[in-house]
Amino acid sequence: MTADIEIRNVSKQFGAMMVLDHLSLSIRAREFIVFLGPSGCGKSTLLRMIAGLEAVDSGEIAINNERIDHLPPGKRGIAMVFQSYALYPHMTVRDNMAFGLANIGVPGKVIEARINEAARILEMPHLLDRKPGQLSGGQRQRVAIGRAIVKEPKAFLFDEPLSNLDAALRTRTRIELAQLHQRLQSTMIFVTHDQVEAMTLADRIVVMNNRKIDQIGTPMEIYERPATKFVAGFVGAPAMNFVDATLDRSGENATARFADGVSVQTEIASSQLTDGNYTFGIRSEDVRIVAAGQGNADGVVDVLERLGERTLIYARLGDGQQIVGSDSGNSRVAVGDRIGLAFDGQKSHLFNETGRAWHAREA
Amino acid sequence: MADRLAMSPTATLAVGVRAPTADIYAPQWRNFIFVAPFLFFFTTLLLFPLLWGMWLSFHKADTFSSGNFVGLGNYARLYHDKVFLQSIWNTFYFVLLTVPTLALIGLFLALCLNRRTRTAAVLRTLFFSSSVLSVTIVTLIWRIVFIPNVGLLSTIYGWFGATAPAFISDPSLAMVGIAIATIWWCIGLPMMLFLSALQQIPQDIYEAAALDNANRWQTLRSITLPSIKRTFILVIIIQIVLQFQLFGQAWLMTRGGPNNLTKPIVLYIYDTAFRRWDLGLGAAASEILFILILVAAMAQYLVTRSRGDQA
Repeated sequence: MTADIEIRNVSKQFGAMMVLDHLSLSIRAREFIVFLGPSGCGKSTLLRMIAGLEAVDSGEIAINNERIDHLPPGKRGIAMVFQSYALYPHMTVRDNMAFGLANIGVPGKVIEARINEAARILEMPHLLDRKPGQLSGGQRQRVAIGRAIVKEPKAFLFDEPLSNLDAALRTRTRIELAQLHQRLQSTMIFVTHDQVEAMTLADRIVVMNNRKIDQIGTPMEIYERPATKFVAGFVGAPAMNFVDATLDRSGENATARFADGVSVQTEIASSQLTDGNYTFGIRSEDVRIVAAGQGNADGVVDVLERLGERTLIYARLGDGQQIVGSDSGNSRVAVGDRIGLAFDGQKSHLFNETGRAWHAREA
Repeated sequence: MADRLAMSPTATLAVGVRAPTADIYAPQWRNFIFVAPFLFFFTTLLLFPLLWGMWLSFHKADTFSSGNFVGLGNYARLYHDKVFLQSIWNTFYFVLLTVPTLALIGLFLALCLNRRTRTAAVLRTLFFSSSVLSVTIVTLIWRIVFIPNVGLLSTIYGWFGATAPAFISDPSLAMVGIAIATIWWCIGLPMMLFLSALQQIPQDIYEAAALDNANRWQTLRSITLPSIKRTFILVIIIQIVLQFQLFGQAWLMTRGGPNNLTKPIVLYIYDTAFRRWDLGLGAAASEILFILILVAAMAQYLVTRSRGDQA
């Protein structure tokens, strides 16, 4: 079972505070979609509105072309995994999984078969007779997913389900979730503020900020061609470098000039751009470290972060602005060295005062 | 670790030179000072009277002397005393009338008033307010309600041309009357305990239940009640211990009458020890009450716990 989910013009207000403002979104069947955004951006509220745990103030939500926003949560054909897992503490794992099915009168034999199948998929048959209090965080997470699987829902909703797990378990569970999606071929909606989870799991990411959607796209679209300065800064670690710049639009492509006279030839068509203040943006991996005097700008190394396969170099430009560049894992650069920074014009971005982005022409 | 230290001469040397560090878990006798005030009052006001009471129950004692050792003589007298046996029955009957009712009404009120509205807050205060009254005021109020001909109950019945039940003088209703007054007086505590338990249940469990298609009844039976099971046991035990000690209401409303039918054990003890000054017999009756409360509370605890384990 799978579901097309259509969200049309949905708004939500808590008292005087607008949480979601006329938001529309189409989620395709079998898609793994991730709502990504900072705390308070409304992503969890949107998920809870799809689940039926929050009322829709205006607009509508439809699953497979059938309006569901007036239906109670249990009648929407969806299952949800909560951040805190929300397992029933006094019931065994088996009873936790059976509860929802028994409530709608599914025959005992069918319930048993579904529980056994879910337990097999999640490798937890040995946990079925334990209570949640006897399980570790990771095991509870599995049970919460199992409780969702047995319902054979049209869509799975995940509300930051990995945030209570330790780093190693989070990585493992992330991979298992991706495998589960491939196996079940269900529509999955996943809410997170962790861009790594979003990048690794999603077919498409919905980046939300300040009550609205900033961008919808595949992980690489979001990463390489962010629609706004917010998206550019929120997705990617370390965050994209931003430098205030003035533009020279006399050539076919714009040239960005920094305050200390450094200039970078971008591959962004001048004709698209208008007058005004711009911010130049570039990711750390698109800033190469070269000998002093041989790049676009020179800087002094402030901090080194050795990540193993590469080294992040935090360099200070003449006017005091910091730029993060990337060098090989065994980089010889040391703190205090004077280095050159070479910016890749093809990978540069420009943002105007409203945050709107321009990128190099697509190859 | 110890083996490794023993085998390595340098390590042994290092241990030898190192200044001894204090074991923070070692007993420190000066800490006793902090519990001493409690222990003093516990011993003088609880432990000593308890043991003295036991000792007295084996003696023929009055106000002037502790008298002769009579072994189980006082207990044998109690066994043959019809008034005492009646008082045991009366007490059990009263506990049976009040404890389940208090638990159920307390739970019902808590379920109704567990919401964040102003009305609920006012009603919570109102239902709890009776608990702060003294027994004298409570019994006075209920005597005014129950009093024949001019009481509130009689007046209301009078409007419909009916006669009100004689809650104080009718032998079959007197204990019920005392129970009604007691439930009105004591309902605040169970309600508050249930309310605090209900507010401890995480909201997301209810959301999960809503997604699991649970209706109101299924949610109450499968989520709410199991979540407050421990509080339910606590309320029952507290109320058993409290209601077994019925005294003030019976003394002030009926004086134990009619015909000793509302005389509880504590009133029997009071009569025997402090009106007839038969301290030994009173002490023996006190020990019986002590054992009854202990057994009832323990039985309730054990029954509920073993049932809980099977679930």
